[in-house]
Amino acid sequence: MNNEIVIKTDKLTKKFGDFTAVDEISFEVYKGEIFGFLGANGAGKTTAMKMLIGISKPTSGAASISGFDVYKQTEQIKKNIGYMSQKFSLYEDLTIMENIELFGGIYGLSYVEIKARGKNLIDKLNLQNESDKLVESLPLGWKQKLAFGLAILHNPQIVFLDEPTSGVDPITRRQFWDMIYEASHKGITVFVTTHYMDEAEYCNRICILVDGEIKALDSPEGLKRKLEAKSIDEVFVMLARSAKRTE
Amino acid sequence: MKQLISFVKKEFNHILRDRRTMLVLFGMPVVQLIIFGFAITTEVRNAKIAILDNSKDGITQKLITRIESTEYFDVEHSIVSDQQIEEAFKSGKIKLAVVFQPNFQNELSHSNKAQIQIIADATDPNQATTLTNYISAVVMDYQNELIELNKPPLTIETELRMLYNPQLKGAYISVPGVMALILLLVSAMMTSISVVKEKELGTMEILLVSPMKPWLVIISKAIPYFILSIVNVITILLLSVLLLDMPINGSLFLLISMTILYILCALSLGLLISTVTNSQLAAMLISLVGLMLPVVMLSGYAFPIANMPDALQLLANFSPAKWFIIIIKNVMIKGVGIERIWKEMLVISGMTLIFILISIKRFKIRLQ
Amino acid sequence: MRALKFLLKKEFIQIFRNKLILRMIFVVPVVQLIILPLAVNYEIRNINLSVVDLDHSEYSRKLLDKVTSTGYFQLTDFSDTYKKALKAVEEDKADLIITIPQGFERDLIRDSKAKIMIVANAISGQTAGLAVTYSNSIIREFNNEIRTEWIQMPRMNARPVIEITNSNWFNPAMNYKFYFVPGILALLVTIVGFLLTSLNIVKEKEAGTIEQLNVTPIRKYQFILGKLIPFWILGLVILTIGFFVSYIVYGIVPAGSYLLIYLFAAVYLIALLGFGLFTSTFAETQQQAMFISYFCMMIFILLGGLFAPIENMPDWAQALTYINPVSYFIEVMRMIVLKGSGFIELLKHFGIIVLFAISFNALAIWNYKKTT
Repeated sequence: MNNEIVIKTDKLTKKFGDFTAVDEISFEVYKGEIFGFLGANGAGKTTAMKMLIGISKPTSGAASISGFDVYKQTEQIKKNIGYMSQKFSLYEDLTIMENIELFGGIYGLSYVEIKARGKNLIDKLNLQNESDKLVESLPLGWKQKLAFGLAILHNPQIVFLDEPTSGVDPITRRQFWDMIYEASHKGITVFVTTHYMDEAEYCNRICILVDGEIKALDSPEGLKRKLEAKSIDEVFVMLARSAKRTE
Repeated sequence: MKQLISFVKKEFNHILRDRRTMLVLFGMPVVQLIIFGFAITTEVRNAKIAILDNSKDGITQKLITRIESTEYFDVEHSIVSDQQIEEAFKSGKIKLAVVFQPNFQNELSHSNKAQIQIIADATDPNQATTLTNYISAVVMDYQNELIELNKPPLTIETELRMLYNPQLKGAYISVPGVMALILLLVSAMMTSISVVKEKELGTMEILLVSPMKPWLVIISKAIPYFILSIVNVITILLLSVLLLDMPINGSLFLLISMTILYILCALSLGLLISTVTNSQLAAMLISLVGLMLPVVMLSGYAFPIANMPDALQLLANFSPAKWFIIIIKNVMIKGVGIERIWKEMLVISGMTLIFILISIKRFKIRLQ
Repeated sequence: MRALKFLLKKEFIQIFRNKLILRMIFVVPVVQLIILPLAVNYEIRNINLSVVDLDHSEYSRKLLDKVTSTGYFQLTDFSDTYKKALKAVEEDKADLIITIPQGFERDLIRDSKAKIMIVANAISGQTAGLAVTYSNSIIREFNNEIRTEWIQMPRMNARPVIEITNSNWFNPAMNYKFYFVPGILALLVTIVGFLLTSLNIVKEKEAGTIEQLNVTPIRKYQFILGKLIPFWILGLVILTIGFFVSYIVYGIVPAGSYLLIYLFAAVYLIALLGFGLFTSTFAETQQQAMFISYFCMMIFILLGGLFAPIENMPDWAQALTYINPVSYFIEVMRMIVLKGSGFIELLKHFGIIVLFAISFNALAIWNYKKTT
């Protein structure tokens, strides 16, 4: 891992009327890192992420993604990132290959590249026999893996994953994290939100968000040491105890 | 019972939270009644015509003044030649042109015969006929005066009586139609969409594995729409009476109970649709094409039914709306009692029963 | 531009994969064009007639023969009292009662004046009005026959007569279908352009795929074009199917040029698509989109002059039709198809439709940016 900063925020804030969803968060993410964003439901994880990927304008504060400003350079940001949302959002009425072609094309890959990378992805997911089937016929776990594969198809600098493994069985989750590691090895920075504490252990560094504020930011080991806790679960419970917002 | 109430509450929350749909559901009958009550009319008013006076004598002037003084016509004075008439027709500026022959007065007094040509834009044949008739009537009246023959011999006079609707208001036919349409929309379409939506989202399964009986789940989905329909009925009736001066000649109780029967029928139809479709889009299209179209076409408020092809009239028998419209007209306008409408009532009841039976059967098959 | 190509491909795959939309696109025009004009027929025939003949004279029988032989009326009830005839109306067995009073023939000859009573079921004012007009004209004709029978001709001829000649331009056969079919064609284009677009965009919102597209580098205009172009093409395809059907079934060939029709349709579709896009920004779910579009379309179409002439509407309703794109397009279709109007005559309409296209799309893009 090197020390090149790819995400940098400074007092980034988002308000909806009187409600402050994200409250002056400041942090840095390094290239190739797996950065976990932890928090209870409603802590502001998704809102923070949406500001970073350029589909929601911050109320105040600053942030840059790969050196591009989230206020003015959202179009450049979009070219350099991949995103996988909480809700499965590939086209269910297109086949796997058609989805690959569409997103590859949107990111400006050539036909040759689309074909090669698409085949690669399908082989990796063992979907050779399903590639001409509609996505809606796939089980959820496969859909999620496919969605991740598509989010990094264009080799983005950073990939943003919003609770990518919710509702997926443990084995698939394991496979999913293998894919995340592989991407990270290739130098893709992974920014992932989750509320699974065991997943937090897989991250290089984690940032715990409570009521829109950053309560802690360190490596999982560092946090456990600091708070004298046995697991991240315990860390989280200690920090989140004061939370006012719950669902 | 407690379960049912909490379920109905949940449904209500879903519906009431969706302001936009609510606005449409309650705005629709109001807007439709106003449009049908006031805007849509075949009564001619201010029709744009051109008059080409090739004679410009005393009689033609008099005739022109007469035509202008009716409220039916608006004379475009800028048109003074044959070519202009054709252009005006083609650009839609006028609907009719009256052409007086040269030497009109001379011809009339010397050879007892003069000619007027009426050219109508017959793209709309109905309007063309009506306008032509109005002009002819003005001319004939004038001619009769000219003859100074007030009483021709051997006259058969006709005495006219318009039953039920002496002012020939459009509302009398549109109110029953709007009612049938809105209730189908709210009850059948909304229910089917809301059930299918739960299927699409997968929440239907969650409801079905809950300790609640499946039929209670279904009923709880139908109750809110039932109540909304009742609110709509009240709105429509109030508007009809207060704004459109419609009478309620029959018993209000009978009217309301027949309406409730129709709502039940529409609800069961909605359930039936929801058991045969899996997507919201399909449910909407079936409701729209399969239900709305027949109502609009066969309720008589857009087009008279009498002369429709037999096949269509036969088809209309399968639409509950047809029978409901007959009932509403009879009770509301003619003021008859149950003895006149029991047949229609039986038809709607029978349909309801059939819809429910098929729904239950299909529902069971799906659960197995 | 390359991204647009991929978006278009995706859109077409989705459209052609959806059997329901396909069916709607091809079946609805055919059905609407065949069924609606059949249903819409203002020339009423077979009005159910009840006759109360209290005179039983030669004249009364002659008159009734004349009435029933026209084809406008169908004798369904023959009552011996007026009360019974009224009951027939109440039971929907008759819609018109002609009552010939006792002493009709005698009065006519002796007093030179006799009365006939016509009673119509006026719940449908339109039908009643027509029924009365028909029966009145038949009675007048009968009256004239009797007069000529009794009165010497020379006296009649000595009076001045204004002769009225009628000509019915553009539709000399007075065929109502010729009037209605172009209107339905306009309606079809409207439904496809408006409803399908707004539903389609909202569907992406509901499925969350729109968010996925929003984080990709595709530009808003690319996304919007990717949505509009397929439905623009679809609208023109439907219009073509519609013209084909109306030629096969009704033998309707536009008097004006096809080129002009397609030019108008192309611009009109752009306006409508913009409006569909605009409504889609107001809806979160397909159900809402459906309702909002249904509501707007209903008002547009009812006030668009498809069923009743706009000129007859009260002023406030006429004012509304000025901002109703549907009314312009229906009018244009009728003018080109029936009258063969050319571009010069339609210049005003063209300008207004272009204005609609620009303003709706500007509004849509402005609103679309705001919400996402």
